[in-house]
Amino acid sequence: MEQNQFEPRIVGFLCNWCAYTGADLAGVSRMKSAPNLRIIRVMCSGRVDPSFVLRAFQLGADGVLIAGCHPGDCHYQEGNFKALRRVLMLKRILRDFGVDERRLRLEWISASEGEKFARLSLEFTEEIRTLGPLTLETAVEPGLPVEVLA
Amino acid sequence: MISITIDGMTTQVQEGTTILQAAKLLDIKIPTLCYHPLLKPFGACRLCVVEVEKGSRHEVVTACNTPGQDGMVVATRTAHLLEARRLLLEFMLARWPNVPVLRKLAEEFGLERPRFTSVLRDEREDACILCLRCVRICEEVVGACAIGFEDRGTHRRVVTPFDQESEACIACGACAHVCLTHHIKFEGEDYRGRPAEFLLGSNTAIYMPTAQAVPKVPSIDREACIHFKTGACQTCVAVCEPGAVNHQMGDQEVEVEVGQVLVATGYDLFDASPMAQYGYGRLDNIYAALDIERMLNATGPTAGRVLLKNGQPPRAVAIIHCVGSRDENHHRYCSRVCCMYALKFSHLVKERCPAAEVYNFYIDMRAFGKGYEEFYSRVLHEGANVIRGKVAEVVQAGWSKQDEGTLLVRCEDTLIGRFREIPVDMVVLCNAIEPQSDAGRVGRLFGLSRSPDGFFLERHPKLDPVATTTDGLFVAGCAQGPKDIPDSVAQASAAAARMLATISKGVVEIDPVRAEIQEQYCSGCRICNALCPYNAIDYLEERNVSQVNSALCKGCGTCVAACPAGAITGYGFSDRQIHAELEGMLAV
Repeated sequence: MEQNQFEPRIVGFLCNWCAYTGADLAGVSRMKSAPNLRIIRVMCSGRVDPSFVLRAFQLGADGVLIAGCHPGDCHYQEGNFKALRRVLMLKRILRDFGVDERRLRLEWISASEGEKFARLSLEFTEEIRTLGPLTLETAVEPGLPVEVLA
Repeated sequence: MISITIDGMTTQVQEGTTILQAAKLLDIKIPTLCYHPLLKPFGACRLCVVEVEKGSRHEVVTACNTPGQDGMVVATRTAHLLEARRLLLEFMLARWPNVPVLRKLAEEFGLERPRFTSVLRDEREDACILCLRCVRICEEVVGACAIGFEDRGTHRRVVTPFDQESEACIACGACAHVCLTHHIKFEGEDYRGRPAEFLLGSNTAIYMPTAQAVPKVPSIDREACIHFKTGACQTCVAVCEPGAVNHQMGDQEVEVEVGQVLVATGYDLFDASPMAQYGYGRLDNIYAALDIERMLNATGPTAGRVLLKNGQPPRAVAIIHCVGSRDENHHRYCSRVCCMYALKFSHLVKERCPAAEVYNFYIDMRAFGKGYEEFYSRVLHEGANVIRGKVAEVVQAGWSKQDEGTLLVRCEDTLIGRFREIPVDMVVLCNAIEPQSDAGRVGRLFGLSRSPDGFFLERHPKLDPVATTTDGLFVAGCAQGPKDIPDSVAQASAAAARMLATISKGVVEIDPVRAEIQEQYCSGCRICNALCPYNAIDYLEERNVSQVNSALCKGCGTCVAACPAGAITGYGFSDRQIHAELEGMLAV
């Protein structure tokens, strides 16, 4: 492993009831998972606003992971289906922005799938490492403050 | 008021009263045939003729349709009149010599034998004497107009149009009721044309649902009641003394404001008609479970006896389990209650027809409850036969006259590894319990999810079987899944207790993690309304904004992400907070 190897910065939105708990299980079980994945806990994967994903890329994230409950098992009934719809839309938008759509990933992780989470974080990190750092051709400077209402 | 004198007796009557009605008031009997108090007077038979003084002469008029006039003097038994009536009866007897009502009148008038006979002589005792009361009652009172006259003169007959079975006839029996000679017979076929010996349903348009109905009041079947079709009849209204019958009654919509709802809308019974191999609806003596329940009931059509359609007790009864249940082609699930009621039927059939054989065709015998296995043993000891195997088909045995009516049940007996063909007289199907046909609509109305089998979904199959994912909304009974009475009662009690617990607390605890709509930013687009899985967002029409019901909101944040105006705050996980997290974690 090279000393100056590119270390991807990945943001993960994990739903509280399944994915986050699964990640917690991985931690408690002392499984090796990638430190590159920085986790934001939300109550449901349906909480993830597409603008969060875009903001993450804008702030310099090389990859974004959204993880929720398996279809049919969402703690809030159907939130994960809404996440799915939004991700499908986001992939098209990212393509239009010139961002490789493989940088956004949607996964279903249940509370008992700690091993799956650990493996996924390592796999995704390698995939982003292969893709390289994200270079956005921006007309707008990435550091501009975003006026958030609510 | 006018004054009429009949046979020397004077009375005051209302204007328009006929002589016959006035005579009734004076207790004077005038013979009639075609007159009936419910009908408009027709004047066909002429028997009621009376003499009215007109100056020095006497005018002969029919009493039934002649209105009285002030100062009228009437005689009802003059020699002339008696001769006239005798002659009329002679004519009638010439044509219909054996009709009892005519012979009785003849006796009254001292007529022994008619002097003539008619070329149209009809010797039958129940010959139609053309009094036409039937036609008139069907037209005037019932309003169905199902029968009428045909032809003219001496060839006049009372028939249905074109002598065909009349569709307009509602089988009310009014014509048979007023027929003087029993020429019209009421066969007791109900208005849906099913034979009387086995009526499993009502048999009149106004009916008592069952003898044990609660409340025990009659209902009117709107489809069958002739009043709704022709505006006539209303005989039920006329005979009801307290005046309790009201055809104008309709559905009332009542608005009640509640905080909690318990949905206990029950089940439907699987219709076995599409399973052609079992012959339900096609062959006689094949019944569904609820049909047999009706038959076994002491207030049912057979007073509780187990009978075939021909009125005989069966020699053998087959009970087929799992019709539509545990079936890949219909319902995968087990309907839970059928094994036990099949054993109940076996027991009752053996009790009421000791000589009958009972065969149960089962896949598994599920006797899961308290006392159930003991009951199963008991039924086996009583001699019920149990055959483990599916029934392939039920056919009619038709080789000889003695086999007529016998059904053959073709099955596989898996415990002996053979196919069997068992002759029985009656087949009972244990139909599956399935969700009601409108379960989808009811579910959407309340925001109730359904499990894959179509029943309403409980919050947790083991830990929370009466609640749903929406607070304040509960399910109980077969609406949630097939179950028997003890379980339904337990579930209902549990649900009621939960609801009472919430009410008695007096306050509702609200989670701090929830959504709230900032009204000043809301444009009333209502995108959030449909997204909420808990129906927690109301739309306020007056202000054209949406509002989150914080008692129902679970804080999932779906609406927060979806709002195009960003008008919804998700407390605990707000946009501000998440953006701050992003900035923090990507600063290094």
